[in-house]
Amino acid sequence: MKSDLNVRGNITTVNIKRRHRSYERQKAVWGFIYVLPWLIGFISFFIIPLVTSLRYSLSKVEVKEGGLHITFVGLNNYIEAFTVHTSFNRTLVESITDMIVNVPLIVVFSLFIAVILNQKFRGRTFARAVFFLPVILASGIIANLESSSLIEAVQAEREGSRFLNILTSFELERMMLEMGVDDTIVSYLTGAVNRIYEIISQSGVQILIFLAGIQSIPSSMYEVAIIEGSTGYEAFWKITFPLVSPLILVNVIYTIIDHFSSNAMTDLIRETALRNFNFGLSSAMAWVYFAAISIILVVCSYLISKRVFYQE
Amino acid sequence: MIRERISWFIKSVRRLLWPFARSVLLIGLSFVILYPIVKKISLAVRAKTDLYSPIVVWIPQNFSLENFRYAIEMMDYWKTLINTTLLCLLTTVLTLISCGLAGYGFARLKFKGSNLLFAGVILTILVPPTTIFIPVYLNLKDFTLMGLIPLIAGKSVNLMDSFWPFVLTSITGNSFKGGLFIFIFRQFFRGIPRELEEAAYVDGASVTKTFTSIMLPNAIPAIITVALFSFVWQWNDSFYTTMYLPSAKVMATQLASLPYNLSIKLTSMLGGSAKADPFYLSMVQDTGILLAMLPLIILYIFTQRYFVESIERTGIVG
Repeated sequence: MKSDLNVRGNITTVNIKRRHRSYERQKAVWGFIYVLPWLIGFISFFIIPLVTSLRYSLSKVEVKEGGLHITFVGLNNYIEAFTVHTSFNRTLVESITDMIVNVPLIVVFSLFIAVILNQKFRGRTFARAVFFLPVILASGIIANLESSSLIEAVQAEREGSRFLNILTSFELERMMLEMGVDDTIVSYLTGAVNRIYEIISQSGVQILIFLAGIQSIPSSMYEVAIIEGSTGYEAFWKITFPLVSPLILVNVIYTIIDHFSSNAMTDLIRETALRNFNFGLSSAMAWVYFAAISIILVVCSYLISKRVFYQE
Repeated sequence: MIRERISWFIKSVRRLLWPFARSVLLIGLSFVILYPIVKKISLAVRAKTDLYSPIVVWIPQNFSLENFRYAIEMMDYWKTLINTTLLCLLTTVLTLISCGLAGYGFARLKFKGSNLLFAGVILTILVPPTTIFIPVYLNLKDFTLMGLIPLIAGKSVNLMDSFWPFVLTSITGNSFKGGLFIFIFRQFFRGIPRELEEAAYVDGASVTKTFTSIMLPNAIPAIITVALFSFVWQWNDSFYTTMYLPSAKVMATQLASLPYNLSIKLTSMLGGSAKADPFYLSMVQDTGILLAMLPLIILYIFTQRYFVESIERTGIVG
């Protein structure tokens, strides 16, 4: 009787196991099917173009009747980009420094705003709606055209120079210099104040990510901190900051890739390809740009991930 | 007694000071964000004569909708609006399908090499689109579908100036920032408890059934987030639209060519001898930008609350 039960039990376990294994296999098959559309696109719109573009950058590409003529020329395109092309070096350095200057500002600013928008106050919904507006409006063509608007430029000149610049940055600059702050830091910060619109308009998504991170911190932590008598300032540095620090890396990376969509370098690469039909040179430029960004990404990830605090 | 009073006073000042500083800061920054929009509205509704009037700062003396009329005419606004909306809806729906499937596949349906492929997704996020755009462009210009089309039609097809490049890249999840959308979906699906899935399995649901009737209804926040991002970024994108659709009427290309068209039109109206007033040009251009933004702002007003909530629940963070 007892052994009978045992046997039956064994059979059921085996059955369940078999069913489970077949389910796992089924899942694996479906997983592949689900990923398949992306995989096809990944190969035909990413991997192949990536390899082709590398090949173009190493060859002379000519558009002739009957298609493209590709002749291997080694590193000539790269040499041309660095030594012959009139504006490549300057544009590359400018767009990279621009990125390096802006990334810390955007990340710090968006963390600060996220902390504020997480507090309770009247009109919070409205404030949030306003701060996420740039996510929608300040991207692509609208932002480009906006910066070239003549009326606003002139009016900013007319009203703004009196109102904004002198009031904020000039006074600020004098104050900080008198306090003995280093010259470069002063000009960095005042420059940031003058470009406040640019910084706000680029930090919408980052604010969202930080806000989501802050909200996932259990409120019991703050309750304990209050009972222990900590101030809000201390709570920020001891609780909020360590717990959202992994997101700083996410935001740094996001800010860097967000720069791809429109900057001087991108425009130059496009111009070289679509207007001058110099595909080889354009590809070489694109690869230099990619290499530069990869270096920055690797350095940032290394520096930040060493200091990041993970809860696990 | 006095000392207690002073310390109480300091405390209450402190308690009041931070909200005050905070509201000053928030109002100031909101002003910076809203200023260009309000300014554009104010510029758009004023007549040409008010442009140089020193007494008009915000509220125009002579209201006029002439700017709108010009901008609408120059941009062929209604046709452009319909085209753009169609294009954005199409790519959004296709992106949702492909990225949702891939995201779920990567999150829950592990197979051999799926982690390696996910590293590929990350790679697509990190490589600038400019690095690969020439081969993609040439590929779509002489599209062969891996050598199949020449077999049937005899020669390759030029897909430029049609919606096909967008359809093909978004149905395969490789459109603008497609990698990011897959990432968002994957993170979200990973956050849905496994028990839900196992319960469905015990009840005999297949993988597809589990996905469509258990996972998708739970993923609405992620779907809304991705849909909004995809729609908006497609709407504003000028990189791909100018590349794939050089002569079609969509918002991005129309906006980009608006200043040029406008200066020709206004110069010809003046008899061709005089140059058009650059300030007036700029005013009409601002009106055009306002018109292009308007649908997005309306969309945002309706989805804004949902959007903020959903991001918080999307688990981009996890």
